This record gives sequence, C-alpha cells and structure tokens, in this order.
Amino acid sequence: MVRVRLWGSLADGAEGQREVEIEAGNLRELLDGLGRDYPGLRPELERGISVSIDGRVYNDSWFTPISEQSEVVLLKRLKGG
Amino acid sequence: MTQIHVTTRINGDATEFLCEAEETLLDVLRDRLGLTGTKEGCGTGDCGACSVLVDGRLVCSCLMLGAEAEGREVSTIEGMANGDRLHPLQQKFIEKAALQCGICTPGILMAAKSLLEHNPDPSEEEVRYWLAGNLCRCTGYDKIIRAVMETAADLRRAS
Amino acid sequence: MALDQSSKTRVFKVVGTRPDRPDGIDKVTGRARFGADVVAPGMLTGRILRSPHAHARIIGIDTSKAEALAGVKAVVTRADFGDAPDHVADILDNCMAGAKALYDGHAVAAVAAVSAAVARKALRLIEVDYEVLASVTDVDAAMQPGAPLLHEGRQQETVPHGMSGNVMSRVEFGHGDIEAGLKQADRVLSRTYRTAATHQGYIEPHACLATMGPDGKGDLWVCTQGHYMVRNTCAAILGLEQGQLRVTASEIGGGFGGKTTVFLEPVALMLSKKAGRPVKLVMSRSEVLRATGPTSSTSIDVKIGMKKDGRITAAFAELRYQGGAYPGSPVDMGSMSAFAPYDLENVKTVGWDVVTNRPKAAAYRAPGAPMAAYAVESAIDELAKGFDLDPLEVRLMNGADEGTLASYGPTYPAIGLKATLKAAKAHPHWTAPLGKNQGRGVACGFWFNFGGDTCVSLNVTPDGTVTVSEGNPDIGGSRASMTMMAAEELGIPYDQVRTIIADTGSLGQNDVTDGSRVTFAVGLATIEAARAAKREMCKRAAMIWGIDAEAVEWVDGAACPAGPNAGKFPPMTLKEIAAIASNTGGPVAGHCEVMAEGAGVSFATHMVDVEVDPETGATKILRYTVFQDAGKAVHPSYVEGQFQGGAVQGIGWALNEEYIHDKDGILQNPGFLDYRIPVASDLPMIDTVILEIPNPGHPYGVRGVGETSIVPPLAAVCNAVSAAAGVRLTQLPMSPPRVLAAIQAGG
Repeated sequence: MVRVRLWGSLADGAEGQREVEIEAGNLRELLDGLGRDYPGLRPELERGISVSIDGRVYNDSWFTPISEQSEVVLLKRLKGG
Repeated sequence: MTQIHVTTRINGDATEFLCEAEETLLDVLRDRLGLTGTKEGCGTGDCGACSVLVDGRLVCSCLMLGAEAEGREVSTIEGMANGDRLHPLQQKFIEKAALQCGICTPGILMAAKSLLEHNPDPSEEEVRYWLAGNLCRCTGYDKIIRAVMETAADLRRAS
Repeated sequence: MALDQSSKTRVFKVVGTRPDRPDGIDKVTGRARFGADVVAPGMLTGRILRSPHAHARIIGIDTSKAEALAGVKAVVTRADFGDAPDHVADILDNCMAGAKALYDGHAVAAVAAVSAAVARKALRLIEVDYEVLASVTDVDAAMQPGAPLLHEGRQQETVPHGMSGNVMSRVEFGHGDIEAGLKQADRVLSRTYRTAATHQGYIEPHACLATMGPDGKGDLWVCTQGHYMVRNTCAAILGLEQGQLRVTASEIGGGFGGKTTVFLEPVALMLSKKAGRPVKLVMSRSEVLRATGPTSSTSIDVKIGMKKDGRITAAFAELRYQGGAYPGSPVDMGSMSAFAPYDLENVKTVGWDVVTNRPKAAAYRAPGAPMAAYAVESAIDELAKGFDLDPLEVRLMNGADEGTLASYGPTYPAIGLKATLKAAKAHPHWTAPLGKNQGRGVACGFWFNFGGDTCVSLNVTPDGTVTVSEGNPDIGGSRASMTMMAAEELGIPYDQVRTIIADTGSLGQNDVTDGSRVTFAVGLATIEAARAAKREMCKRAAMIWGIDAEAVEWVDGAACPAGPNAGKFPPMTLKEIAAIASNTGGPVAGHCEVMAEGAGVSFATHMVDVEVDPETGATKILRYTVFQDAGKAVHPSYVEGQFQGGAVQGIGWALNEEYIHDKDGILQNPGFLDYRIPVASDLPMIDTVILEIPNPGHPYGVRGVGETSIVPPLAAVCNAVSAAAGVRLTQLPMSPPRVLAAIQAGG
C-alpha cells in the first residue's frame, strides 16, 4: 500500500482524511485507485493534478514507479508563466 | 482619397513613396517600404520602439506623418551597420547580452547612437535619462546601460 | 533524467561560458521577424470591435452595413463559431463574446478588409445592441452577497453554500495545528494586504497572420510562447484536425506568461476562412491592456505567530484573487507558494478564486506567487523588526532546507534557500551605511519550475556541423543555451551548432515556454538527443574498426576505443564520421521525445535600498542585489538577465503599476503613459549573485531561473519603503500619494 497525502481541500473529497492508502505500483494505478476508492476526489482528479513522488513533481507520466516507502503528495496542477 | 507623393532619403538611398495623409512615418516604413526593423510597441510615443533619426534628430516615427518625411534624411536600424560591419553599439549589445527578446533593441540602438553623437562621454545618469523614453521589459536596463557606456569608452579610445 | 554522477567534479567546456547568442545579429540589425513583421500575397487587414461596457448582455449584432462597405471581405461574430469543447469554451468566449460582454474591451466582432482604414470604418458600421448590466471589479466586493454575478452554475463543489456566485473555487493547504501554534507565540501579527492587477507589459503587441482554406488546412504565423498550444487550441475551437494546422512561431517580443494562451488567432483563422485570403491581425497597445494579460489583483489576510527569538510558531494566510471574467486565477499557486521558503510546524493557507468584470487573467511570471510572498514576507519583516531581530537571521532560523516538509506538501530534496540567505548576509550590500530617509528591505521567494512535453531533433550534416531543432520560442536567449548544451555534450565548438525553432509540422508536441521550463526540459532533451547521436557515431566507428559498438566511447568530440582491450585505433572525430555517414548506414541524427519531469524548485533572496521623499511620497531605488539559485548557470549573462528583469518587473509592481477602473468598470489607463512600467532613469544597476546548488533531476544540474526573480521584489521594496518612511505600507502599488498619505497618517 502507498500512503498518499492530500492537500487540505482535497481531504474534503476523501471523507476528511489527510492521508489515504492506495494499492498502487505506479502513478496510473495510484490515480485510478484514488478515483475508485474515493469518488469525492473525482472532480479534482478530472481537472488535473500534479503528484510529488519523493520530492519530485510529476504531471502525466503514468508509469512512474511508486514504492511503498515513497513519499507521495497530491498537488494542485501547476501552471506557469 | 488622393495619396501624397513623398521624396525623401532613407538610410542614404533616394526613396519615393505614396501615402495617405493620416499615415505615420512608422506605417510607411513598415507597411509600404518593408523596413520592419522599426517596431510598433504603442503607437502613442510612449515606448520608443519606433525610434528613428530624422535629419539627425531622434524621433518616434509613430508620432510623425509619413508626408512630413518630404525632403528629409531618415535613418533606421536597417542602416546602422555598414555592410557586414556592425556598428560598435550593435556589436557590444550582442557581446554584453544587452537584449533578451529583442523587440525594443532597434529603438534603443537608434536612441543610443543618437546619444553618442551628441555626447561621446555620457555619465550613467545621462545614459539613463536619454534612454528613459525607450521601454524594455526584459532586461531591467542594467546590461543596456553598461553596453552603451562601454561602447562610448571604446569609441573615445579609438578616436 | 538524473543528475550525472560526475557533474559535481565535471569541468564544463562550453556550459558556464558567455558566447554571443546565435540570433544576436538578426536582433540588432532589425532583420529578426516578429509577429507583425510578415506579409502574405493578397493579405487583408483585420480589426476587432470591442465592448465599451464592463458588463452587458448582447441582445443583437447587426453587421449588414459593415459587410456592404466596399473593401470589406469578411465580418465575424460569435455566431460564426460553433460550440467549442469544454476545455476551450472559456478561451473562445474570451476571444469573441457570446451572450454577454464581460469586461471593457471584450471582443464582440471582427472584420477583414483591404486596408486598415477600411477595416476601421467597417467597425464603426457594426451595430451592437447592449443591455448594460451592473459590474464589479474589486475582489472583495465581488465576494459579497448581492454582488453583480458574471456566471451561473460555474462554482466548484469546493465552495461552501451561501457564498457569492462569483466565488469559483476554494483551496486549502498546510499541516499542523494553527490555533495551538499561535498559543505558543510571543506575538501574533494579523494584517490585510492588497495588490493591484498588473500587466505583463511585453513591448510587442499580439500579432498573427492566418491563412485558412476551405479544405480545412491552415497556416498561422504568430508571436506566442507556445505554437503547439496555439495549434491545439485553435484546432479545438475551429473543429480542425491538429495535423492540418501548421503554426510557425515568430520571434517573440516578450511574453512573461501573457502569451501562453490565444486571443486573436481563432478570430484571424475564421476571418481568413470566410474571406478566402490571408488575414493579419495586430493589437494596438490599448487592446493589449484592455483585453489580454493582466494578473490578479488580490486581498490577502496573514496571521503569523512568532517567539521572541524569531521562531515562527504558526503561519496562516487567506488569499482572495480575482482572475477576471472567467475562473482560473492563480490563487492555488499563490496558496501553495506563500510559505514555501519556511520550515513550519503549523501552517495553513486558504485560497479563493473569484471572477470580476476584468479581462481574463493570464499567467504572469511565477503566477500567483509574488502577491502571496509580498504579504507573507511583509508580515515576517514586521514581526522581526518588532522584536529587534535581524530579518535575515529570522529567515535563516525558519528557512526550509533539504528534508523540510514544505508547506504545500512534499519533502524538499537539496534546495538553495539558505545558500541565498547566507550569501545575502555575507554581501557588502547588507552592511553598507544608509542615509536619511533611506531604508533597506529583504525578502525571499520561491517558484516550483516545470518540465513537460518536449521534442528535440539533432542532425549531423555531411560536413560535420550540427543542427538542433526544438519547439519552444526563444524568449530570452534559449537558442544560445541549447546550442551550448549540444556543443558541450558532443565535445565540439559552440559555433559548429545551430539551433532553430521548428514549426508544428516538424516536431511532436512541445509544451508552452512557461514555468521556467525551457532551459531545464529542452536542455535535458537536447542533451539526450546528443547522447543518442553519440551512440550512433560510436556504432559507426565500431563498424570501421571491426569491433563491438560497446567497446567504443565518445571523448572530446571523437569516438575512441574504450580501454586497451578494445584495440588500438586513432580517435574518429565527429567530422570524420559525418563524412562517411552514407557509407555506414546513412545520415547521423539523435532525437529525444520526453515528458520531462523532475524540475527542481528554486529560491531567491532580494535586497534593496530605497529613499523616500517625505514631502512627495516618491520612492527612489538606490541599490538592488539579487541572490538566486540557478542549479547550474548555462549562460551566466542570460541568467543574470533573468534575475535583473524579474527584479525590475517586481519593482514596477511594487511602486507604479496598476489597473485603474472607474466605477463603471472602464479601464482608465490603457496606455504606457498612464500604465507606467519602470524606465531606465528610475533604476540603479541590478547586482546579481548566482548560486549553483545542482538540481538532482537534470544531467548538468540546471534549474529554471526565469520566474523566481519576480517573487521577492514586491515585499523587498515594501520592507525598504516601510523602513525609510517609518510607517508600514500594506497596499501596492506604493505610489507617491499612497506613501505620502501613510506618512501623514502615521506621523
């Protein structure tokens, strides 16, 4: 199981939990698992998010491996100038 | 509408063109003569991107009518280099990274050239005030001011 | 792609030097072609009619008189566009109003005619029937119940019931327990800060030249930060296939985030399609200010608790950003970045995205971050001064480091914040004497930095020179950086590489030039493309030598046998391999297509001295020094240039720049005379100190540098002005009347 930290307002979509556990070996499984186990997260997932894995931010790379020891944090999708 | 026939010299070449009465010199340069090195940033004389020299005087070409070029000598950025020899200011701007996006660069070079023709030994403050009518949004002006000061010093040493 | 293990000890030959940029001569001679600098045979001139009202229902538009005018070849309104897919619906509505005009300057119709004079005349003949509605431009007013509403049914599920329909979404970040933390504090400071909307202020107005045939094939020449984005957006809006629309990026005369979306392009394509001729559309400066850009105006509450020794016990901020007429202000990134420089046990930010009757906010250099940093860094400064503590020491004591749990969630890898603070403390600027009415301010700033989709194609010519094709417009010298990284990797001289910006038909998808991503992501792809070419060249040398390709390595621009067991062969240079390419399998190339992830975050500390005239309230910047982590500075002159340019944009934001609307929501200063960006005589030299803490996610350690530099200056200048004036300022811009009023009220 991977432990995933959610930003504050995202926790509202996960029954108030700031940290959830998902069975996932990569980013795609993580995103699928979050939407499956926490339907309240789906609107935000559909709007697009970024994911920090061990301090590095990923946007789209589904097959980025995630281990059980990884620090995984969901972030608002980053937009730049 | 009858167009106005204008005879002038641009970068040393005898040039004739027709223009509407309300057309600016900037419009004529860019749209009728294909001299697009002179840029339009505002059209109201506030940014200096359209700076050219008319009879040796620095003007915003967006504030002058094309018809007013009759009988004058107009210098634009396209005439600044001498063949394949860059003007020392042009060379220095490249060496000192005094441009980023480059849109203000032609106007700033024309203004700086005019400054050095008037004042071969300007202080930093004089350079800053002379160029105060030329907006640059990329560089913070630091490298531009340094490039102009260094070119002035080089030219003084060479003369 | 990870940092090369050898990079800490590596001696770079090209990276870190300061060669002339490859597009320099074009740009100093007027030869470089920007957005408005091209013509096409049979080209028409386009013009756009804009709403004179800040908020109005469009009852009807009668274009018949304009269409009948001699020389008019096409008139376009929203009725010419079909329903756009959801992801571009707001963009289309912003390019051409539908049911309502939502801000002063909102496009309502467009014409294409044989000349600008005819086009202008045609605009005057278009009759628009408006029902003028009440408008709102202030963020706090827009959040009040009963405020005029721009949209219906657009609120996200994150907004609590009962709030104004102009509040589009809410975000919250942080960790720990704010109330418990505040209880431990010796002082709790609560302040509200306000910042005005400011424009990116690029000197080149938006411009494009569109050619669209009845067969669904189109060509577009455009000044943009991302021509692939332009292609994809226009194709979606116009119902075209992406592959049938070829977009070529012109040289770009500044962007700063403001050219990361479309304004004119779909309209130009539609005009061209209707007219059957190429159409050029160029904005005037007033159109740029009324209808493009700006960033949010904001209203921010900060509450910070501090111990007497300077330790922050809790930090809270509530941020309200209006993003103009559509959802999507950068409040989420403001909320994430607000406390990013600090290692805090208890931290929380709440952000509100609000719509108002202003132009739709576009990204502006580190979108959302400068305002948040302004509020937070002002509060920290005030607290530190209240306890008579050194503001740099307080920041060092609370500063984030490797292993810090960032306020926005992740744990930091190696970062450079403390290095910038220590460099600031050690710099002679910090201890230089100040005179009467003078003050010094410092502030820190943070930006995330991005990666993204990137393609680079590197080709070796038969004579052994190298061309690099990349897909990101060169906004401030990036051709030079790519050329340098290719030359470094291949071991050949800089002047034997030429980098071009390819059109959308020549490479795969490339994300926009934004988020300080280019030197990092395109650089990474350039290095990888060069490595692929090197592998191929090693293979060719192995064929010639009759040994295994694995037994060949690339050293100093040549293939060499790897070790004594590989055999004794003289090195084959790139030139020699290129010369026999046709005999050994064909042309040599390397390419890289990648979703670049792993951009390293960046931090800066700025220090500024100002003098405030107590009689007029006018501020003069006396001295300015930027300390920023660049990871690895590829071309230091252009890194310095980014530092200096960002600092000066921030100075403008702090002191002069401001969107001013009247009570009816009409913009009062749509020109460079009244919207005053800094000029040369306003400024001193901007000193820079480049720090290099390698980014673990890039082979050379490169971090983006473009955006972080605009984050600290708002607060740094405010802290300096407050010190000089002897009174705390809490609203930007700190224009002379505002400073004078504060001095008089404080005295």
